[in-house]
Amino acid sequence: MLPLTLRGIHKHFGAVHAVRGVDFTLGPGEVHALLGENGAGKSTLMHIAFGLVRADRGDVVVDGVARALRSPREARRLGVGMVHQHFTSVPALSVAENIALAAGWSPKTRLLAKRVDGVFRRVGLALDPDAPAWTLPVALKQRLEIVKALATDVRILLLDEPTAVLAPAEADELLRVVRRFTEQGGTAVLITHKLREALATADTVTVLRRGQVTFSGPTAEIDADSVLRYMIGGRLPESRPAPPAAAPGAVRIQAEALDVARDGRGGTALRQATFSVRAGEIVGIAAVEGNGQRELMRAAAGLLPPLRGRLDVTGPVGFVPEDRTTEGLIPEFSLTENLVLGLDRVAPWVRGRRFRRIDWNAAREGAADILRNFEVDAPGPGVPAASLSGGNQQRLVIARALEQEPTVLVAENPTRGLDIRAAQAVEARLRAAAHEGAAVLVYSSDLDEILQIANRVLVVAGGTVTEVPPHARREEVGAMMLNVHAERADPSGSR
Amino acid sequence: MDITTLVAGFLAAAVRVATPLLLAATGETLGERAGVINLGIEGAMLGGALAAALGALHGGPWVGVLAAALAGAAVAAIFAIVAVGAGADQIITGTALTLGAFGLTGALYRQSFGAAGAGLSIPTMGVIEVPGLHAIPIIGQAFFAQPAPTYIAMAAVPALWWLLFRTRWGLAVRAVGESPSAARAAGVRVRTTRSIATVVGGLLAGLGGASLVLAQVGTFAEKMTAGRGFVAIAIVVLGRWHPVGVAIAALLFGTASALQFVFQAMGLVVPYQLFLMLPYVLTLLALAGVVGRVRAPAGLGRGTEETG
Amino acid sequence: MTLTRLHWSALVVASAFSAGIAILALGLWASGYDAPQALTALWNGAFGSWYAFTSATLLRAVPLIIIGLGFALALQGGALNIGAEGQFYVGAIAATWVGLEVGHWPLVPAIGAIVSVATIAGALWMVVPVWLKLRFGVIEVISTLLLNFVAEALVSLMVQGPLQESTGVFPQSNLIPLSARLPILPGTRLHLGFLFALALSVVVWYVVTRTVWGFRLRAVGASPRAAEISGRIKSGRVLGTALLWSGALAGLAGGLEVSGVSYALYQNLSPGYGFTGIAVALLARLRPIGIVFTGILFGALEAGAGAMQRDAGIPSVAVYVVEAVVILVIVLADSRLRHLGRSTVSRPSPAAA
Repeated sequence: MLPLTLRGIHKHFGAVHAVRGVDFTLGPGEVHALLGENGAGKSTLMHIAFGLVRADRGDVVVDGVARALRSPREARRLGVGMVHQHFTSVPALSVAENIALAAGWSPKTRLLAKRVDGVFRRVGLALDPDAPAWTLPVALKQRLEIVKALATDVRILLLDEPTAVLAPAEADELLRVVRRFTEQGGTAVLITHKLREALATADTVTVLRRGQVTFSGPTAEIDADSVLRYMIGGRLPESRPAPPAAAPGAVRIQAEALDVARDGRGGTALRQATFSVRAGEIVGIAAVEGNGQRELMRAAAGLLPPLRGRLDVTGPVGFVPEDRTTEGLIPEFSLTENLVLGLDRVAPWVRGRRFRRIDWNAAREGAADILRNFEVDAPGPGVPAASLSGGNQQRLVIARALEQEPTVLVAENPTRGLDIRAAQAVEARLRAAAHEGAAVLVYSSDLDEILQIANRVLVVAGGTVTEVPPHARREEVGAMMLNVHAERADPSGSR
Repeated sequence: MDITTLVAGFLAAAVRVATPLLLAATGETLGERAGVINLGIEGAMLGGALAAALGALHGGPWVGVLAAALAGAAVAAIFAIVAVGAGADQIITGTALTLGAFGLTGALYRQSFGAAGAGLSIPTMGVIEVPGLHAIPIIGQAFFAQPAPTYIAMAAVPALWWLLFRTRWGLAVRAVGESPSAARAAGVRVRTTRSIATVVGGLLAGLGGASLVLAQVGTFAEKMTAGRGFVAIAIVVLGRWHPVGVAIAALLFGTASALQFVFQAMGLVVPYQLFLMLPYVLTLLALAGVVGRVRAPAGLGRGTEETG
Repeated sequence: MTLTRLHWSALVVASAFSAGIAILALGLWASGYDAPQALTALWNGAFGSWYAFTSATLLRAVPLIIIGLGFALALQGGALNIGAEGQFYVGAIAATWVGLEVGHWPLVPAIGAIVSVATIAGALWMVVPVWLKLRFGVIEVISTLLLNFVAEALVSLMVQGPLQESTGVFPQSNLIPLSARLPILPGTRLHLGFLFALALSVVVWYVVTRTVWGFRLRAVGASPRAAEISGRIKSGRVLGTALLWSGALAGLAGGLEVSGVSYALYQNLSPGYGFTGIAVALLARLRPIGIVFTGILFGALEAGAGAMQRDAGIPSVAVYVVEAVVILVIVLADSRLRHLGRSTVSRPSPAAA
């Protein structure tokens, strides 16, 4: 009896055909990797399997019986559990309360405590049941997600990008838990865009590209290069290795014994940080979220004040924030307006000294130029920013940051959520900026990306900054990221 | 007048004044815990007050109470449909409802009782003495010799506490209020939960209006709630969205308002308008003192699609 | 796309207003009133004659337009000033006080003084809510709302105390001297304030759409986070200023009412202008030029309501129900549009061409 089969699934989101006729079969007791680029439809497909989203067409067959899953509660009753990509715990509630909520249990304290304890035992993971969820560091938040998913009788576990924000060692630990689950009789689907991890852990692989299955079969029968090709459908454009950092120039960012307060909640996120960034070099930040890297980046960008110590930054500073739709752009504003947003102090279309006015005609023309120069694919400068794809939105944000010819460029996770080609375009822009003489400071939650693009790498762990020795191996860097006990993350989740 | 009588009278007045506020505030606490801020609560109270007046005139005080509860719930139901169901802006919707309630109650009142309508007299609810407890010096008179609505209010506080912290539905409510998206991922019907919480809140606000007419003033006048609904919203903040805190805050409020009587009793002559202003000014001060240090439910006022 | 948006907006506006009138008619019919007669009285009271149009409708439109502009300005930044009623009264108090003092001044300085003081008073009444919001995070909705009641009590205090008329009998002030009164269009009761209102709508339009500050205000209203992070805009400062101006405009409206219509201060000077102004602004979707028209529309409604009460015996407060329905329809339409990625209660975009 096959635990889960999806047949002929179609799903539209407005004009976007996210899933096009996908057949997906889960074998009993296996770890099945679902691979694909960002936007390929993997999450959508699993959301359909979990009852979060209704398919436009097609069947969901659980244990041989076709079901019309209308809600996650129904899915859970059938034994399907999901660990989501974004943390779905209520930050202000305790671990136990979150488990109760997910499992549908009564919050009466004594009974709940017993049940929660039982779950911890069964799953083989433990947490402090009374801790508010917002106080958990990232890895424990992930643990809570798994416990929540497994709290009730779950035989099919869907994991959506579970290792995206974990350090290498934490990711390994998680995958071990998944293995143990399948050895106990469960079946797991691992949605990921990380090739290596998928091939190392999974028994079976299915690759999605643009909403369709391009490959499905045992891991043993395929290798990384072929999978990559199935993922992006063609040869990957040559990614040029970083040009040797030509004698880096003057120091543009200098921090000495810098302390920065936590953004949002109290406490000090960054302590005694000493580092520098020179013109023409790309300095990468490797860190597990919540360890202070956000405060470092934002202090460098001038958005957070130093608490103690020294921080000298030679402006102007171009900033690419982590969240392009809530921090970088105003989705309902036009592209012109979004460009004016970041450039109103320097742009030529602002006239007057005392009562500064905007010449919108000039702004529109200027915007059109910028769109052209930075290859932002849009019908015109007047369309709302929300209508652009993620990749083009990011191009716009970067264009705006670079247009002011910054001395320093600070970029937070600039390739997050982008498909491979768009991500490469972003990396190319960063390299070009460095080549032109900017001092580039970039953070990515993807360690491999950092290692590939940066001339130098700084690790931020537990609020302290350490420089990575040249030629360090990936594992070493990963260990450094976990060196000091991870600090408490802020309650809204640093995303 | 000796000091004990003065203090007892003062406390009794404080509790009496606090009752409508506590009823409305308890209701609003439930709604806000679910993430809904309902400015229409003033309209719900006012609607409840008119319904209580009309009901009492035709069928006695308890009919009035029932009518008030229904009226309050009805106003809140409109709010739920527009602001929760359709996702319209909560603040503007609430303001519009209160505005509409002013107009509707005013129009209905004038139609029923004529343009002058002064001195409309409604049979009020008598004081019910709790056997035994009412004899405790000072406190007994204040808390255990009050009309029925006060006891309803006093019961509502532990009831809300138990509901919020000891039941599954209460847990769902709190989850929805803190993080609608997380609640949805856990399978909670966000809109339904919010709607129910809102309507129950309106029902309690209606009861507050009833207590104002039937147990305090004994008549109806246009706009008689005079901002009590909004004050109730402030009380929710002051009470940090916890039933017990809200009860204490409401009582504090009642004592501030009751100062008026103390002054009168002591023969001090102060322009009455200052006493009119006092509750509002005190509310503002208290809000300033408290708000910075407390945390509202994270999803308060936000739509259901947004991440909490 | 611009055309569709205009069509949709016109549709929404027309629907909202029609719905309001329809509800009114329904209520009238259900209460046993002669609906056609009532609605005719409504129309005649508003548009029946030149006199009615200028001295009832346009006269009432003046404070509505100005308060509407103030509300719209604040809401462009995302702030809700529900305290216009109180700011209006404070402006009226200041205007009366000054008006009574400047009897011997020539016309222009006298009016100038009255208008300035009223405007400043309105802004001052906003200082506390702004401070509470920026310093303590108290939502301005509650603070401005509560201050309405304080202002009303203050008026009562004034007209029964320091500002009471000479015989000490009635709760109102003396009439302000002739030189303190706004010039009037001959044959009507319409005062110069109407031109003020028109001029202000152009000024507000220009500020919101063409100045850097106006752009920053709209950015803060659309996305405070993006405004602060990408625009380096100090949202607190921008919002605070917008709110102060919002209060100032409401205070100005109060001053104009005293100097142009009532010539004295008394309780209930405002038939709810502070709240109707909200409907005016929302119906015009916050567009300054549109506010002139919706202000006139609501002025007509209130003028008509007065006639309706006189001629058909219907309580004029029923008009609040119409206003409430209008607001509800607008926000409903706005929420629907938000799902489609557009918004009616949102900022006009001069650059979306």
